[in-house]
Amino acid sequence: MEAIILQILNGLDKGSAYALIALGLTLIFGTLGVVNFAHGALFMIGAFCAVTLSRILTLSHEVIDPTKTDFLGKPLKVDVPYIYNLVGESAGNVIIDWAVPLSILFAIPIMILVGFIMERGLIRHFYKRPHADQILVTFGLAIVLQEIIKYFYGANPIPTPAPEVFKGSFDFGAMLGLEGAGIIYPYWRLVYFAFATVIIGGVFSFLQFTTFGMVVRAGMADRETVGLLGINIDKRFTIMFGLAAAVAGLAGVMYTPINSPNYHMGMDFLVLSFVVVVVGGMGSLSGAVLAGFMLGILESFASMTVVLETLPGINQIIIYLVAMIVLLTRPRGLMGKAGVMEE
Amino acid sequence: MLGLNKKDVGLLLVVIVLTVFAPFILNPFPEGSALAQFNAGYPDLMQRLVIFGIFAIGFNILFGLTGYLSFGHAAFLGAGSYAGIWMIKLLTLNIVPAIIASIVVAGLFSLLVGWISLRRSGIYFSILTLAFAQMSYSLAYSVLTPITGGETGLQPKVSDPRIFDAALAEGTTPRANFFGMFMNDSYELVLGGWVFTFNVGYYIAALFLVIAFYISIRIFRSPFGLMLRAVKSNQQRLNYTGIESRPYTLAAFVISGMYAGLAGGLLVAMDTQAGAERMFWTASGEVVLMTILGGAGTLIGPVLGAGFIKYFENIVSKINESVLQAWFSFMPEGMQDLVVSIFYPFIGKGWHLTLGIIFMLVVIFLPGGLMEGGQRISNLFKKKSNTDSGSGKSSPAAAE
Amino acid sequence: MSKFELTRRGLIKSSAVVGAGLAMPTIITNSANAYTNEPKGGTVTLGFNVPQSGPYADEGADELRAYELAVEHLNGGGDGGMMGTFSSKALKGNGILGKKVEFVTGDTQTKADAARASAKSMIEKDGAIMITGGSSSGVAVAVQALCQEAGVIFMAGLTHSNDTTGKDKKANGFRHFFNSYMSGAALAPVLAKAYGKDRKAYHLTADYNWGYTTEEAVKSSTEEMGWETVNSVKTPLTQTDFSSYIAPVLQSDADVLVLNHYGGNMVNSLTNAVQFGLRDKLVNGKNFEIVVPLYSRLMARGAGDNVKGIFGSTNWHWSLSDEGSKAFVKSFGEKYGFPPSQAAHTVYCQTLLYADAAERAGTFNPCGIAEALEGFEFDGLGNGKTLYRAEDHQCFKDVLVVKGKENPTSEFDILEVVEVTPVDKVTYAPDHPQMRDGDGNAVPIGTCNPGT
Repeated sequence: MEAIILQILNGLDKGSAYALIALGLTLIFGTLGVVNFAHGALFMIGAFCAVTLSRILTLSHEVIDPTKTDFLGKPLKVDVPYIYNLVGESAGNVIIDWAVPLSILFAIPIMILVGFIMERGLIRHFYKRPHADQILVTFGLAIVLQEIIKYFYGANPIPTPAPEVFKGSFDFGAMLGLEGAGIIYPYWRLVYFAFATVIIGGVFSFLQFTTFGMVVRAGMADRETVGLLGINIDKRFTIMFGLAAAVAGLAGVMYTPINSPNYHMGMDFLVLSFVVVVVGGMGSLSGAVLAGFMLGILESFASMTVVLETLPGINQIIIYLVAMIVLLTRPRGLMGKAGVMEE
Repeated sequence: MLGLNKKDVGLLLVVIVLTVFAPFILNPFPEGSALAQFNAGYPDLMQRLVIFGIFAIGFNILFGLTGYLSFGHAAFLGAGSYAGIWMIKLLTLNIVPAIIASIVVAGLFSLLVGWISLRRSGIYFSILTLAFAQMSYSLAYSVLTPITGGETGLQPKVSDPRIFDAALAEGTTPRANFFGMFMNDSYELVLGGWVFTFNVGYYIAALFLVIAFYISIRIFRSPFGLMLRAVKSNQQRLNYTGIESRPYTLAAFVISGMYAGLAGGLLVAMDTQAGAERMFWTASGEVVLMTILGGAGTLIGPVLGAGFIKYFENIVSKINESVLQAWFSFMPEGMQDLVVSIFYPFIGKGWHLTLGIIFMLVVIFLPGGLMEGGQRISNLFKKKSNTDSGSGKSSPAAAE
Repeated sequence: MSKFELTRRGLIKSSAVVGAGLAMPTIITNSANAYTNEPKGGTVTLGFNVPQSGPYADEGADELRAYELAVEHLNGGGDGGMMGTFSSKALKGNGILGKKVEFVTGDTQTKADAARASAKSMIEKDGAIMITGGSSSGVAVAVQALCQEAGVIFMAGLTHSNDTTGKDKKANGFRHFFNSYMSGAALAPVLAKAYGKDRKAYHLTADYNWGYTTEEAVKSSTEEMGWETVNSVKTPLTQTDFSSYIAPVLQSDADVLVLNHYGGNMVNSLTNAVQFGLRDKLVNGKNFEIVVPLYSRLMARGAGDNVKGIFGSTNWHWSLSDEGSKAFVKSFGEKYGFPPSQAAHTVYCQTLLYADAAERAGTFNPCGIAEALEGFEFDGLGNGKTLYRAEDHQCFKDVLVVKGKENPTSEFDILEVVEVTPVDKVTYAPDHPQMRDGDGNAVPIGTCNPGT
């Protein structure tokens, strides 16, 4: 029982990442009709926003410490962050400690900007081109983006820890009244789940309760008619692209304390998030979110020892197996609409 | 001739001439010159160019004609490879049974995958094929290790049974052959400053490429090919006319799966090794990129695309900083460093970056792939006024 | 002018230029040489095949730095590095056998196919006489088999699986790096001393060959010490989030977690394990501990503070104070500004060992070199007295047991050496059960192949 609760928590946590990436991906599919293979790269860029901000905050000048020596036997140069000079050492440490949450503020404008540039500069010219061309150009873009990051940050993962207060774990079971059951869960993963819920809720209410969202939803359903009504749908779609980029980027920022970011993390998530979107059903936002959580939870269950003992190797293939079963029993995924990306 | 019209005979002859003279064409620069770095006329790369050409031709029969975008074709290549290597280990070092087995096994596997996946269309089909391929990869890498060798793959060993072969001579390593001709045997022709290599394995693979290309032309021009095109342009309408389209698409799927199997078998024959990475999704993606880059739906485009990507992977990744410095050594010191530092991010370990940039440039400026580039150049020379033949392939807007 | 002017083909070319005057085409078959790529000009070409793209690109870049340094030293440049401390004095700083050393580089992408393609291009196009490098056992085994077939020497880079010199060993292949068995044998006594003999271990194992051999090695050596293995779970190579594998550890009664992961997998699984508070846990009245059998310092940096106090093993570490290590760290550090990694060290040694063997054998013939390396005993390359065993071409030397440092002074100062396990504690018989094939048969090494 405790094991199952733990795996559900894990699944929700993994599912949050899947759902956030898939949400942006399906927004772009649904509104613009573009297969965006660079969406994983947006997630990665978000993560590197956090890396960059913590680098900026720890920007240092070297002070020679004559009492110690470096590996070649020369006097050790100690890096002292400029921020110590600015606000003092203790306040500086607090700010550096909070680099990841602060990166949210830093990442939003950057990601929206990246999204705008991508849509205006590149994607826009591919609305009327075949999906194959869209795949080729966005895949090329994804490679270019990740190679640029690799050039500046190297190939190895970069540690980006959570603030001190969110480090470690606590007895989640006690909150459910299961004292001593050993349901220990890390703080940051709960923060991530909560954050994902807020973002997903925000996107849904934005689309549901604003005029802007209404137009976009109408555009998703029938783009031509909305255009005929004299509404500048293109401009709104640009904004939607920026929004999708920001969602992916924020998912990346908050993910950094869970796993240290590296330049290929986007590609690692790309295929999975496509599977999530398709299992959810093309053009369905709620389908993408549902599928994200569902696959996350099933993946977690599949890695339990009991399951692995009966079905060895199931943890390797569970996501694809579920995807197949869903697609074969429900022609358009869980909640897909007819005619979207079916030709 | 051979049931082809005049234009197609010309195309086939071009392919034959290109493959026969590839050792010359791919080695345009004299040995020892600074540009020799760009020579591609060595056996391994020539073999890979034609093998991946076959893979892309097969993929194009499915994707170019029917529009069904399979994202799992590497699974058939991998299945073919495993079948081939097991034949080499169990039966004989002669490549004939290996190649036959790889085509048959890949054909059967693609029949199964196609029979299931073709129940859906569009992106749902793509994800189903992707799921099959990823499952094959994951299982081959881990739990199927006793059959597939897992991480370290399979290679022929001296201790293999090889029931049809006589025992190996003492101290020799098992080498794949075609009735006594070893795949890695080569003859070198030295002509002035040039060295041209003629490799047994390459010409065997090239023969398969010509046959594969011929079959592909016949399929493109046949009533069957026409039916496949009908599927691409409007499957619904086709179904309304009372034609069941699935047997046609399934046939195309299996044919292209067998092409992939042939490519896998040839890979094993030329370089006796099979590993699971061949089935990873990036390998499936690569053949998609090859086909689109060259020009999907055209006969020769996919071969060009395959050649382009493989050339890049093998040539640009080998240029390192000291090679650059040697190239620009005629410049004054400071300028040399500057030029080297400009080029440095794009070569060697940065070859992916260059490839990504080229993908983008080609698709932005040449919507029909490299083939369109070729057509534009030839149109330029012919000064033809009718330009509608060039980019008539782009289909209408997809979002509905 | 050009770097490649005097490769094997360069010479063919220069001799052919004379013939060209008479417009006489010459046809050469493979058999023109006594062995594959016999160097006939004034230079010899080595092939450095390292991962330059993919997750291990930084490790590959460090290997490449060490190779360039080794070539510089062999050609008499720089301060000579470990050539001065090496017990064999055959190398004179005038190249190898009087021929200037040149090199070509390639990208393995950490994929067997790509690595073989790259190695083949070095052999076929550039006339490389020896191939070296790599950062995974899959690549090492694949390229080693290729070199055996082509008739060139393979000097393995970073490869830790038993298979490389176990069931997949080849007469043309040599490994300086240590292996899973040695990690297990070196770690177990240290772990028993630090954590006690009454421990329950839970293994998380990467689901591929290297993971299997490492798990088996650590399991059998720790069980000999009295530990009990409660469970072992395989994790997919492509896994990035290990939470669902870590969580059940909390529920078990295990008090040690062994992470048989390498590189990116290890960084993520260790980070996740610490996140879940495993290290703050008390089980059976003992502190919960985590063990990482194989450390990569370059990658471990990605796990940040999480490595502190965690035991593992490594082939070499820059903080060693023997003369060889000091000389190497000095010349590497002065050239590049940071200390070398274990991957850099092992490939530097391999290059020197190859050159020295050629020098002593008086030939580049792979069979001559193999003979010179087999049973070769040396010292002064940073690992103390070392033996290249003739039966399986594996180096036997002391193994370092390390621990994540509690108070690092710099970004390179991540590990501290806690024990140097002497070589006789990690030596095994060539037909040890862990070195056998799937059917339990010992695999012979075969005979060397000079090609043609």
